[in-house]
Amino acid sequence: MADGSIGLWTVPLAVFGGAIRVSTPFLFVSLGECITERSGRINLGLEGTLVMGAMSAYGISYLSGSPWLGVLAAGITGAMLGALHAGICSLPRVNDIAVGIALMLFGTGLAFYLGKPLIEPTAPRLPAIDFGWWSDISQVRAALRINVLFLIGVALAPVLYWAFRTTRWGLLIRTAGESSDAARAMGYSVLLIRLRATMVGGFLAGIGGSFLSLFYPGSWNEGLSSGQGITAVALVIFARWDPMLCLWASLAFGGAAALGPALQSVGVTSGYHLFNAAPYILTLAIMIITCSPKRTLTGAPAELSITR
Amino acid sequence: MTTETADPAEAVGVAPAADPGFLQRHGTTIEYILIPGAALVGALAVFGVFVALFGKNPLDLYFYMYQGAFGTWFSWQNTMTRAAPLILTALCTALPAQLGMVIIGGEGALLMGALSATSIALTMQSAPPLAVQLAMVAAGMVGGGLWILLSGALRQYRGVNETISSLLLVYIALAILNHLVEGPMRDPASLNKPSTREIGAANMIGSIPGTDVHWGLVFGLIAAIVSYILIYHTTFGFAARVAGGNVRAAKIVGLSVGKLILTVCFLAGACAGLAGMVEVAAVQGRTNANLAAGYGFTGILVAFLARQNPLAIIPVAVLLGGISASGGLLQRRLGLPDASVQVLQGIIFVFVLASDAVYGRIGFLKGKS
Repeated sequence: MADGSIGLWTVPLAVFGGAIRVSTPFLFVSLGECITERSGRINLGLEGTLVMGAMSAYGISYLSGSPWLGVLAAGITGAMLGALHAGICSLPRVNDIAVGIALMLFGTGLAFYLGKPLIEPTAPRLPAIDFGWWSDISQVRAALRINVLFLIGVALAPVLYWAFRTTRWGLLIRTAGESSDAARAMGYSVLLIRLRATMVGGFLAGIGGSFLSLFYPGSWNEGLSSGQGITAVALVIFARWDPMLCLWASLAFGGAAALGPALQSVGVTSGYHLFNAAPYILTLAIMIITCSPKRTLTGAPAELSITR
Repeated sequence: MTTETADPAEAVGVAPAADPGFLQRHGTTIEYILIPGAALVGALAVFGVFVALFGKNPLDLYFYMYQGAFGTWFSWQNTMTRAAPLILTALCTALPAQLGMVIIGGEGALLMGALSATSIALTMQSAPPLAVQLAMVAAGMVGGGLWILLSGALRQYRGVNETISSLLLVYIALAILNHLVEGPMRDPASLNKPSTREIGAANMIGSIPGTDVHWGLVFGLIAAIVSYILIYHTTFGFAARVAGGNVRAAKIVGLSVGKLILTVCFLAGACAGLAGMVEVAAVQGRTNANLAAGYGFTGILVAFLARQNPLAIIPVAVLLGGISASGGLLQRRLGLPDASVQVLQGIIFVFVLASDAVYGRIGFLKGKS
């Protein structure tokens, strides 16, 4: 082993660093979707929200010079798309899954349309905190350059876990998700609760998108997201609608997604595309293992159309 | 573009005096034409406003859309060429919809169909063209069919949601295609765009005589008509619709729901796989990443706009084929980004779904039927 080189240790290290970097969008989208699904509605359109968030964050960051303003803009864009989803779904006899598919197409189309002039310019990016200052090895330092958004996401998971259990809002969202009749009997508007839950979900997914364009990979182009949004929606299902499990699952996913680039960096180039498919294969595999045709999933909100 | 709504709208104005019961008797049919038509017009209006915000004249927009889609013989042929795969990928969503399943993985089945068809053509290079073409059709259908069958089987035996699994399979299919095209199946001569070797000019399926529209359109029409007959005029289709309406009732009368799901999913995937075969054997001549052109995703929209009716899919596919055919002209004449077609499709989709709320609520159409 030569000086400064850490040989094959590069791979687990890069997977670890990748798990932290790549998992952030998964984390935000899955936490957002967790809130929405707990209220009894599924929003498949978060893929579009993610891409719209990435585009608007990049655009606002470029125009204003402040990446944090970009993050906020991404969140607001996401909340607006969430409101659109909830608004259409509150009409009678409208299928929330189909609306999600429509908004997935609409969101990505709109982002590509509006983002056309943003492919060339370079926008100011989000700063990273250097947790690797103690190490001389460049790979370790690279792996430990951690973005603040990741830390916010990690903090958000236990907060949501706590909020679902103990706060009034958490209970209301769960009531709407378990039995809309019960919520109605208590005098609450189910549609309004779901509207808010979907908007908050969209807000978080938009922020997840801003991470894509403003930190990693850190540019805006049309191939920025390839199904991270939809993978995150699937992730919520096998995380059993539990924010803490969403956190661990997102980290596992980030690691799986980082496997391809990590192997490529040590010269394993064959099967690069197959390794890139690892998160999707992992999602499918875990869904196959954890789902069952006999019973509804434990922890599934009873009003959710996807767990029929 | 607006002619679709003009006819039923006129009928609404004229018919009551002539035949008081007409509207009520045909209320459902009229609704199925009037409401999606109105949704389409609404979507076009919103898109016009959207484009106007960017300083373009919406009237120019509609004019060029018409020109690019149906204005000339050339644009008609372009439209029809794009409609062919759309009919087939729309069937991939519409057939499982009869069983109450939402399959959105037509793009993946298209890619797998294209890969299978290309593979078999490359191994049969010395065989007569007709044999190669038939083998390609079979391979494309089996390749695509098995891909969606997987989603159906996961739903049936493991309770995995078919919407999510079919979409995940799109990304997996794309990864497999990229892997094969850049690795084991790569033609060393394809430098800029990694591709497989060509299937050979003799094995291409060619155009319908007198046109530049390839035979894939005929494949699409046949598939749509066969699907229609299968769903509405056979016991199998009736059983599928019963199971789609009420799974418990279907089980009580002794229908094997599992078999229905698997068969329908295979047929659905076979249609999308056939679209992939057509794109290889009539357009690209080989497999490469160009095949992931989004026909699978637009097909979902076609199916929903046609309310999952195989016959209605044909005109809707022509309409949306026209919209995507006009994209080039919009780009050249109005300087709109190429994604504008996608934006319009998204708006149409949103409007069509929102219009679901209106069915059965139009006062003058309510009647005994």
